[in-house]
Amino acid sequence: MVRLILAISVAASLAACSTPIKLDSVPVEDRSSTSPIGSAGASGTASTGSQSAVSVVNTAQANSDASMLAAGRTVYFDYDSFAIRPEFQGLIEATAKRIQMDQSQKLSIEGHTDERGGREYNLALGQKRADAVRRALSLLGVPESRMESVSFGKEKPAVVGTTDAAMEKNRRAEIGVR
Amino acid sequence: MKRRLFLTVALILSCIPAWAQFRVEVSGVGLTQLPIAVVTFRGDDMAPQKLGAIVLADLERSGQFRGVDTANTVLDESARPDFSNWRQRGSDALVVGSVSRLADGRFDVRMRLWDVVRGQDLGGQSFAVLPADLRLVAHRLADFVYEKLTGDRGIFSTRIAYVTKNGRNFNLWVADADGENAQSALNSGEPIISPAWAPNGNQLAYVSFESRKPVIFVHDVATGKRRLVANFKGSNSAPAWSPDGKNLAVTLSRDGGSQLFLMDANGGEPKRLAQSGSIDTEPNFTADGKSIYFVSDRGGSPQIYRMAVNGGVPERITFSGSYNISPSVSPDSRWLAFISRVNGAFKLHVMELATGTVNAITDTAADEKPRFSANSRLIIYATQQQGREALMTTTLDGKIKARLAGQNGDIREPDWGPMQKH
Repeated sequence: MVRLILAISVAASLAACSTPIKLDSVPVEDRSSTSPIGSAGASGTASTGSQSAVSVVNTAQANSDASMLAAGRTVYFDYDSFAIRPEFQGLIEATAKRIQMDQSQKLSIEGHTDERGGREYNLALGQKRADAVRRALSLLGVPESRMESVSFGKEKPAVVGTTDAAMEKNRRAEIGVR
Repeated sequence: MKRRLFLTVALILSCIPAWAQFRVEVSGVGLTQLPIAVVTFRGDDMAPQKLGAIVLADLERSGQFRGVDTANTVLDESARPDFSNWRQRGSDALVVGSVSRLADGRFDVRMRLWDVVRGQDLGGQSFAVLPADLRLVAHRLADFVYEKLTGDRGIFSTRIAYVTKNGRNFNLWVADADGENAQSALNSGEPIISPAWAPNGNQLAYVSFESRKPVIFVHDVATGKRRLVANFKGSNSAPAWSPDGKNLAVTLSRDGGSQLFLMDANGGEPKRLAQSGSIDTEPNFTADGKSIYFVSDRGGSPQIYRMAVNGGVPERITFSGSYNISPSVSPDSRWLAFISRVNGAFKLHVMELATGTVNAITDTAADEKPRFSANSRLIIYATQQQGREALMTTTLDGKIKARLAGQNGDIREPDWGPMQKH
């Protein structure tokens, strides 16, 4: 009981406290004289498409491989692995077919990891996942010039949480079309 | 009734500004800490900052000082103290001072340091400053005391950078070394990682995901202007400044895999530093600029290696365990801080480079990104406590730690800036 009271009171006091420094929401804009992101070119605008794929997986509560495939754009990986599991070969092939039908389309492949370990090393691990998907697509004839593989490391989890199920959903590569 | 009392107590305890400032929270036993008395400065009660308290907090955070009770003392820099009294109180050194408002609105700050054991005057400092600079002055006074008594330069007037995450909002901050006086340098809806201070202390390099991929910016802290220095095909990350400030070592995936490159800090064509079929990342220069520590999984698991910037065969540095990442070499080149996975926990370790002796110095399980203070005496790192991300500073033996926690959201990705030029 005492412990409960302590928990409640600490939580209440956390909410009630003020601090001399606001650690959030100070609206500082980038005051760059130039807008360098514009030069990022293709990578800048492609984002919304692939971002929506994340929420599709989330809201659908995809559990089976079939529904993952239905989500259509996400390849999941085993722990510490960069191998594309056989059940995602169909997704890769469908993607390759689609991209070859429309020569104007380019693919952005985003690699992700679960939350364990360092940010920069996870960035490199996510890159390996994105590169694995890119290579698989390349083997099916998609030209390298129409693909970019990048990594978000552990920065953009699809599911927040430390359970095995959450981390499984986060070890992934998302294929975005732009 | 009992419950209400409890709640009130808890509120008072947690409303002290612990959420904004590093607070010493772990005190070691059997340490040789110098007992020092820092008397409340005359005029502190009228000044916007409590100078004596700031000086003492700085000194205690260093792990090398222990505050001695100065209750009911009225004393400033103008009088000769009664040394026998201070010796009786167990103090080896005494800091006294005053702060007073000048006619032009500035504040006159004076301080004197006494060696209580020998009864000697160890020197004084005085400043006339704007109210906004009073904290900085207090940190300079702490630097003065620290240097006089330890022989090492103090780092209390340096700055730190870190990132906060609050919901989907990311902020890059620049703050004083005690966590106070934080100013936002960048606010973004996408992640920001790996801020790295330029050796001149005026710029930060960092990785931003604002264009839906990791790219590297160099950001001028004073003006807020920034430039995109690495936006090659694939991922661009892990910027590390060469000690002369001219170059950045970076990790690029443009030629396949995550590989190390060296490039001009103003941008330009990167030059490959190493070639492997494996992950190479997290470069960190030695103080002489001749070598780089980095992480590679070329041996099958991530380990720390060192190589000459001019090329040559990388030498493996870590051998214990199957996951050693995030190397940070101390400015005096004596120590290597890194993160090692031990039984599934990610823990800060410190290696004495001359002997190879390694010590784990934390009790936490999700430590990340250690960085040394400019005098090589403290390490700042990120960790998780009570389910939230927080920053810690620690002495190299792990005995004295201080914690910086945010009122809202998570704090992560620290880097400790260089000595400030006076």
